[in-house]
Amino acid sequence: MEPLERYRPIIDDFEAFLAACERPLGNTVRVNTIKGSVERTLEALADDGIAYEQADWNPRVVRLETDSPGSTWTSFHGLTHGQEEVSAVPPVVLDPQPGERVWDSCAAPGGKATQLAALMDDRGTVVANDNNLGRISALRFNAERLGATSLAVTNADARTYSLKRFPFDEFDRALVDAPCSCEGTIRKNPDALDNWNEGHISSVSGIQKGILRRAVQATREGGTVVYSTCTFAPEENEAVVQHTLDNESCRVVDFDLGLEHSPGLSEWDGETFDDALERAARIYPHQNDTGGFFLAKLEVTAE
Amino acid sequence: MSDNDGQQFDRLPATAAERTVEGRASREEVIDYFEDRFGIPPETFADYTFWEKGAGKIWIYAGEASTPLGIEAIGMTCLRTRQEHWKPTTDFVQRFGQFATDCVIELEREQARAFAAGEDQNLEWWDGDWGYLIAAHELAGDLEPLGIGLYVHGELRSMVPKGRQRDI
Ligand SMILES: C[S@@+](CC[C@H](N)C(=O)[O-])C[C@H]1O[C@@H](n2cnc3c(N)ncnc32)[C@H](O)[C@@H]1O
Repeated sequence: MEPLERYRPIIDDFEAFLAACERPLGNTVRVNTIKGSVERTLEALADDGIAYEQADWNPRVVRLETDSPGSTWTSFHGLTHGQEEVSAVPPVVLDPQPGERVWDSCAAPGGKATQLAALMDDRGTVVANDNNLGRISALRFNAERLGATSLAVTNADARTYSLKRFPFDEFDRALVDAPCSCEGTIRKNPDALDNWNEGHISSVSGIQKGILRRAVQATREGGTVVYSTCTFAPEENEAVVQHTLDNESCRVVDFDLGLEHSPGLSEWDGETFDDALERAARIYPHQNDTGGFFLAKLEVTAE
Repeated sequence: MSDNDGQQFDRLPATAAERTVEGRASREEVIDYFEDRFGIPPETFADYTFWEKGAGKIWIYAGEASTPLGIEAIGMTCLRTRQEHWKPTTDFVQRFGQFATDCVIELEREQARAFAAGEDQNLEWWDGDWGYLIAAHELAGDLEPLGIGLYVHGELRSMVPKGRQRDI
């Protein structure tokens, strides 16, 4: 927990935050509406004697009382997919519509890409990209299991992504669920902080900046880009968005979030950020008993 | 006629008459197969395209793409052609099997469990066709497809791929 000490000045009720980080996380699944309705899936869970609770902010996110969420009938049928509660937030904020062209720039293993497809009623095009071929096989497995027929899977570096292979030259929306230092996953992976160091943060933030800039460039004017990470480090969050604001045509916009959260920071470590960054959201583990997350919603503007 | 290039996705020709690649199935043949064998109405596929990548591997896709296409995947694999008996995939059957009316074998809970675990079982009572069947069971008041099985000589063999098998 040592590395998290640097956040003491920015997190309200820091002791509650640390205590939450020590607690393991329960099992949550997302109901995959490509394959069945929420009602029917809940009925199937109840028939199997599995107790559940729907999240207040999203009826498709369900907490399960079981030690083996992977060996249920709903999981076998692809009616449910194991996905952490906060990890289901970015696709909802991106709000893709049926028929649109959507880019998931860092998509493996595919929890969010398949959720995007479900939100679009599996109609339209979700380009699910990842630069790691090994993780792409997990993405493909999940896509087929969940029946997502609107996914196109590519294996490329998102920073230099080319749309040449598609019959369109820009996306309506893009999600950048960036590689990060993963501090917010400490409840799921107790060793998440073992190799933590500031050098890693600064090198990964360079990659994040490159991917977010490319996402803004590849999205049409008036389109939406959501940037998310599962980490607390401002160098990987507000600073990445700030860098993109400084170099690309876009602005930070407000969004509704049914979960408790804190606003984005206006300064960190001597660096000040645009006031608009307060529209970003920091979700801390003690606020909703989840993992940690950061989200910012951008609108692409005219050059 | 050219040969199939296993490295890229090629869209299936609409009909056999438009075929340019040796041995490639046409869209019409694929849709006819799903209708003849399983009674799946052709309209089910109106908004989908079919593609081949890898010899005989057919993919079903709802999004936009131009042909040929050299990427990792589009949509899902749905059917294996270029063999005497065409074989649907378990993932396809789980996604589109609810539209089937023929060659659907309904299993009791324990039989469904064995099927999901990848086990073969004797089911002498089946008096329908032999060959590839859609196995299904009742889930929350409706019939839900489990996957593809091969029925021969009184035995139903589960074709659920290893990675998809579960002990439930
Ligand atoms: C946080 S994970 C994505 C999780 C995924 N969105 C999901 O919901 O299942 C970040 C991903 O970014 C990928 N990645 C890292 N650098 C990348 C790059 N330069 N271009 C594309 N993907 C990259 C990693 O391989 C990793 O799979």
